[in-house]
Amino acid sequence: MSKSNTQKAIEWFDYRLPIFSFMKHSAVEYPTPKNLSYMWNFGSLAGIALVLQILTGIFLAMHYKPDVNLAFDSIQHIMRDVNSGWLIRNMHMVGASFFFIVVYIHMARGMYYGSYKGPREVLWWMGVIIFFLMMATAFMGYVLPWGQMSFWGATVITNLLSVIPFVGEHVVIWLWGGYSVGDATLNRFFSLHYLLPFVIFAVVFLHLWALHTHKSNNPVGIDLKKDTDFIPFHPYYTIKDIFGLGVYLIPFTFMVCYAPEYLGHPDNYIPADPMVTPAHIVPEWYFLPFYAILRAVPDKLFGVIAMVAAIAILFVLPWLDSSKVRSARFRPLFRPLLILFFANMFVLGWVGAKPPEGIYITIGRLATFYHFAFFLILPLVGMFEKPKPVPKSL
Amino acid sequence: MSEQAKGAKTSTNPKDVSRRKFLTDMTTAFGVAGATCAAVPFVKSMAPADNVKAMASTEVDISDISEGDTKTVIWRGRPVFIKHRTGAEIAKARKEDTSSELLDPAKDESRVQNEKWLIAMAVCTHLGCVPMEGGEHDGWICPCHGSQFDASGRVRRGPAPSNLDVPPYEFLNPTTIKIG
Repeated sequence: MSKSNTQKAIEWFDYRLPIFSFMKHSAVEYPTPKNLSYMWNFGSLAGIALVLQILTGIFLAMHYKPDVNLAFDSIQHIMRDVNSGWLIRNMHMVGASFFFIVVYIHMARGMYYGSYKGPREVLWWMGVIIFFLMMATAFMGYVLPWGQMSFWGATVITNLLSVIPFVGEHVVIWLWGGYSVGDATLNRFFSLHYLLPFVIFAVVFLHLWALHTHKSNNPVGIDLKKDTDFIPFHPYYTIKDIFGLGVYLIPFTFMVCYAPEYLGHPDNYIPADPMVTPAHIVPEWYFLPFYAILRAVPDKLFGVIAMVAAIAILFVLPWLDSSKVRSARFRPLFRPLLILFFANMFVLGWVGAKPPEGIYITIGRLATFYHFAFFLILPLVGMFEKPKPVPKSL
Repeated sequence: MSEQAKGAKTSTNPKDVSRRKFLTDMTTAFGVAGATCAAVPFVKSMAPADNVKAMASTEVDISDISEGDTKTVIWRGRPVFIKHRTGAEIAKARKEDTSSELLDPAKDESRVQNEKWLIAMAVCTHLGCVPMEGGEHDGWICPCHGSQFDASGRVRRGPAPSNLDVPPYEFLNPTTIKIG
């Protein structure tokens, strides 16, 4: 049978730039564990959420004006005048929240099934780096509408850097490009908000490279050796990921159309006023747990250190966890502690939204204590825990 | 070592190896130094521009602030409190000079030029919010994290680590001050 002209053309091209064989190798024939649950949908969903943010963002940037006198009104212009502007902005706004939901589930999955353990430590690191970059991007994006929450959120968060010994004040003035958050700050935040998603994209590439080197972990958490333990990515997981995307798009579309402001804050529809701080400033919901940790520590420097450490401690998680067993399914002590850790995250988020007074301070401190205690007792948990029998194969 | 390198007959004489290493290290060092120098203008471009620095001082007419009132003015993009203090507030602030409740002890005298007028940055020393009038010490309370300041701008309750900053200012005449 002779080759069709299309096949010949593909072969000609592939010989010069092997992009077709690369795709075939890593997205079609790519061997994937056959026992992956729906918890494994969130990686590809996060990738799609990132692409959606980049696409909607590019179109918003065509109408937005990063100038303290024009920014707030240009958002109103997008919402009222630009054709379908409301839709694109709502997708971008809701998309940011949904991106965080997906990534939080993805991270929780990684923790529950021990996906951070060898040989996937660098894969896990790339994920933590992506998370930090995402937070920076989301923070700067929230500043752009130049409402009261934008302005005061930016003021509070940039002031965190003033705790750096000796040079802190200078670093903050340099970051602002002035003596307060102002025009120069807004302009550079727009520039960086446009840049960082592409940096994230590059780190996602490294994340996938590391993933494809040692393949996906699986719910049983054992190393898969037999060929029959794997199925090709296409069509099995392409179809499953597309189905997952469909499920994801239902609440996403509902929020975009019916409740775009549900996760936002009404004070951000008051133009930024450097003279008046709103009575209760709160960050976006996805930062609340870490905001609660910042406030739980009564000292400024140590509060900031605790907040950063609460996330950065994930970098050393693969070494804090001394157990050889990956999946929490077979870990009778780790599993309840981890579920409590997840529940504790919700407590921190709830406290972060409350004013820093009375009982909320006490609850915030207890929850902060558990957040760190969980990580610090992991070496002991691995030593004393008797894991349930782990199957040798699937 | 790769086949290609062998083919090029790279010398393995220890003297040559150490010379090559020296040259590689020096090239790297010069490359890094050059890149650092090239980065300087870019880093500097992010610091306050000349027009921002030019707006460094503000003159304020204080004749319309009656006793007990506070006016908030903008200096270098940030608010400044100008508080016309009452006799009672001055007396209390001075009496509390030695109070053990002061988190960042300072004498009231050292924080004012004219005891009737407190001029202080309206910027909480914790994370930069604007404190509101209130609290338990004739002064201010920060809406963000609950820090409290007294009539001398001294911090009385954390998390703020230090007193409200006093900006540089001078009385041009009894009813006009120049900040900055």
